Amino acid sequence: MNKRTCLYDKHVALGALISPFGGFDMPIQYSSIIDEHNAVRQHCGVFDVSHMGEVRVTGADAEKFVNHIFTNDITGAPDGKIYYGMMCYPHGGVVDDLLVYKMADGDFFIVINAANIDKDVAWINEQAQGYNVNIDHQSDYYGQLAVQGPESEAVVEEVLGLACKELVFYTVKTLEVNGETVIVSRTGYTGEDGFEIYASHALINSMWDSLMASGRCKPCGLGCRDTLRFEVGLPLYGDELSDEISPIMAGLGMFCKLDKEEFIGRDALIKQKQEGVSKRLRGIELEGNAVPRHGYTVLKDGQPVGEVTTGYRLISVDKSCAVALVDASLQMGDTVEVQIRKKTFPGVITKKKFYDKHYKK
Amino acid sequence: MATFQEGLYYSETHEYVKVEGNVAYIGISDYAQHALGTVVYVDMPEVDDEVEAGEEFGAVESVKAASDLISPVSGTVVEINEALEDEPGLVNKDAFANWIIKVELSDPSQLDNLMDAKAYEEFCANE
Repeated sequence: MNKRTCLYDKHVALGALISPFGGFDMPIQYSSIIDEHNAVRQHCGVFDVSHMGEVRVTGADAEKFVNHIFTNDITGAPDGKIYYGMMCYPHGGVVDDLLVYKMADGDFFIVINAANIDKDVAWINEQAQGYNVNIDHQSDYYGQLAVQGPESEAVVEEVLGLACKELVFYTVKTLEVNGETVIVSRTGYTGEDGFEIYASHALINSMWDSLMASGRCKPCGLGCRDTLRFEVGLPLYGDELSDEISPIMAGLGMFCKLDKEEFIGRDALIKQKQEGVSKRLRGIELEGNAVPRHGYTVLKDGQPVGEVTTGYRLISVDKSCAVALVDASLQMGDTVEVQIRKKTFPGVITKKKFYDKHYKK
Repeated sequence: MATFQEGLYYSETHEYVKVEGNVAYIGISDYAQHALGTVVYVDMPEVDDEVEAGEEFGAVESVKAASDLISPVSGTVVEINEALEDEPGLVNKDAFANWIIKVELSDPSQLDNLMDAKAYEEFCANE
């Protein structure tokens, strides 16, 4: 039996197509993936992302402990700053990718992927031995909305009445609403400006209702969340990151501060960086409009050299593109082929970003 | 609402067959194109390829998923709808006008195994 978010009944009432994702029954689309995708690129869309998990780490050793399990460096972070990075295993594979919110000294709010909640919480607790920290798993308390798109600032300010204008990209603040503390951050997973809002189930429900009643914000499902994040080169755990795909292989070394004193996986990642890796994630632009999908084989001169991790007929650009885990020897501009059912289609190795991000920094 | 055009044969996998003499136009039903959403790619066989009743002969792809095309009849492909190569969304505009392949029937008696419009509409209602 899959879990449901606090907005499940509202999705059903809106006629959403519901499918399992990360252990939850989630809305995939309400009207059409293409319309919802375009709403976020051009105007404003809202996603129910209450399936995401939250863990609060507090205590005297909180900063030291988060630095121990996290690849990015939060040393001396100012209050309100947010960091993206990974938790790694000692061998460099990824437990999860996550956001760490510095709420205050000795107080960190960590956002993890739905599919990994149980694994992550167990992992975090195991690593905490010997650290003076309190680990509070809050996934069942928080609902979460992602309001995304160029009009999202106006929508969050005017429809939800949350003062968010002064937030810069990757920062967070708390606000009091009806005596409840709401967490608002300027973050997202779409490549557009946007906000993520964490609050109780009751408040998330009333905010959703206000957004729907306003007519200024289209309900958007996980279908377009995936096309949006893919176009701008953002990874999805399970596709582009896994216990076998390290941040170095994924081209996310900039989020691994190898000069940091220590963190789990550091030695393995340093070794990968120095000695090189056998496989790397690369972009592929295909000729024609066939659709490359997860698991399809990539060939070079007829020989398999890797597999597609995600692929789409893009929506914002008229192209078919893939991200694939391929032999590290392949270089930008190299020609490859992707096997799609019985045929192969030629393509060129490119960057993993196929559409420019429009963040408000 | 999906339309169910009279005078065609329909399969349980949502392809239709429109027969003219010994030639069959095969496409996906209006019900199927509604269920799929916007078609972004149609994978078609080549002219002179053989298709077998009940066997896959290509695929229609939406943003999210690929759906196999299953031939309702056996025969030889005599034409493919090349317009779909550049504009796969034509299938959504009019699924019945925008057939996918044209097949010379090798065994017209196979048509007896297919549904008429009324039976197919009932089949869809129970899906």
